[in-house]
Amino acid sequence: MVLKGLFRRKREEQRGRALIIFQEVSQAIKAEKVLGEAGYEIRMVAPPPQFRKGCDLSVEFDLMEQLGVERALRQGGCEYLEVIPVSEEALSPLEICQRRDFGRWEMIKAANMKITYDKETYQIVNVSGGGCPDVPYLAWQMVGRKLHDAPSPKDLGHTVCAYALWRAWEEAKEGVGR
Amino acid sequence: MILVVGTLPLEGVDLVWGRVEVQEKSIKIGGEEFPLGRGTAAMMAACAMVLDGDQLYGVTVGDIGTGEGSVKLYRFLAEEVPKLSPAVICFGYVMPNRTLHDAAFEAIQDMKPRPMLLADAGFMYVVKMSGKAPQYDLFTPDLGELAFLADDKSPHPFYTRGFIFHMTERVPELIKGAYETGGAAKVLLVKGERDYVCEDGEILEVIEEPKVPELEPIGGTGDTITGMTAALIDQGFSLVDAAARAARANRRAGELARPNPATQIEEIIHHIPRALEEVLK
Repeated sequence: MVLKGLFRRKREEQRGRALIIFQEVSQAIKAEKVLGEAGYEIRMVAPPPQFRKGCDLSVEFDLMEQLGVERALRQGGCEYLEVIPVSEEALSPLEICQRRDFGRWEMIKAANMKITYDKETYQIVNVSGGGCPDVPYLAWQMVGRKLHDAPSPKDLGHTVCAYALWRAWEEAKEGVGR
Repeated sequence: MILVVGTLPLEGVDLVWGRVEVQEKSIKIGGEEFPLGRGTAAMMAACAMVLDGDQLYGVTVGDIGTGEGSVKLYRFLAEEVPKLSPAVICFGYVMPNRTLHDAAFEAIQDMKPRPMLLADAGFMYVVKMSGKAPQYDLFTPDLGELAFLADDKSPHPFYTRGFIFHMTERVPELIKGAYETGGAAKVLLVKGERDYVCEDGEILEVIEEPKVPELEPIGGTGDTITGMTAALIDQGFSLVDAAARAARANRRAGELARPNPATQIEEIIHHIPRALEEVLK
């Protein structure tokens, strides 16, 4: 299974990859959902320097699938600026989440975002880290709610910090199960 | 006069600026009342705990992450701030936008005397991305943000490469990297289990007492350090001395609050005056 994945990746590298560039992070998050549901293998990465404002996200995909990807984006109502071929390795987000045990509470950290919940009640008790304006808003919306009842940072957020918080929240939910 | 700049996580709040007053569970900016909480409100409240009421001004706007409010803040910085002549400007939660930052920076850069410039959170991200970090006076990153400052290719702390493991043991290396790659302001206060105060690449002080590990999960504890540091600079402390004293006071305020990971920042803010009194003795 692992080898199969490696061979597929190698084939994609030989064929080339492309990036979808967006005006806003929230558009990239919507495109990730639409393309994921349509079955495309994609990766969220940083756009090349000339497209960066300081809080950006782009979608990397197999260049051979460009027509289908663009059609799926149109059908899903996704706005984007342009599609460009990738000439060098794109910067990937931090994939690994870290856990810190505080006895009754557990903190999950994904990149610069942390979410802490009560292990007895599954209630989210704090959101910390991050620096984009939607972080305090997401904290306000999520703290006090149970992990599985809280709104998704992907639905409410607009920035890369919100995307990192979504990762931490998913990891926390996965840890406690249903 | 000190000016604290940052958005509030509220919809439909237009730009407001004026004197800042802190109440039990709210904060008033230019006479308008907003809830006290993590982010800009915590930063302003911590600042207010150090200063007399007539010295602290704030400018804010509602922004829940769309960036629309932040655009108004950048415009205010470029057009109005030069007329206000603050001695210190402390920037926090603002949506990164390089073009708008650069226009605002140009206007502020021409002010005589030029104010001290402190940056944290999203505004620190955009300063680093714009390549202007060495022209700012102080940054207050946490460890993840320090790794971003040290990585000249990273556009946001989310993309920091290869630094996540054993980060606490690599702080001096990351500090060196941040200065060498032009990602650091003149002074850095690195917030974490140990707080590091650095100037021009050199670590001058490491603060690790009192140890209060429960502060890490509490949203807003970084904002209060930055707010206190700004206020102490305005009171005449050097950048390094202000940063070190603010770091100590923040730990002590946390200790006085007897926190657990569910404690909210409002509970800590009200212990700042006593903590500062001890630290400033």
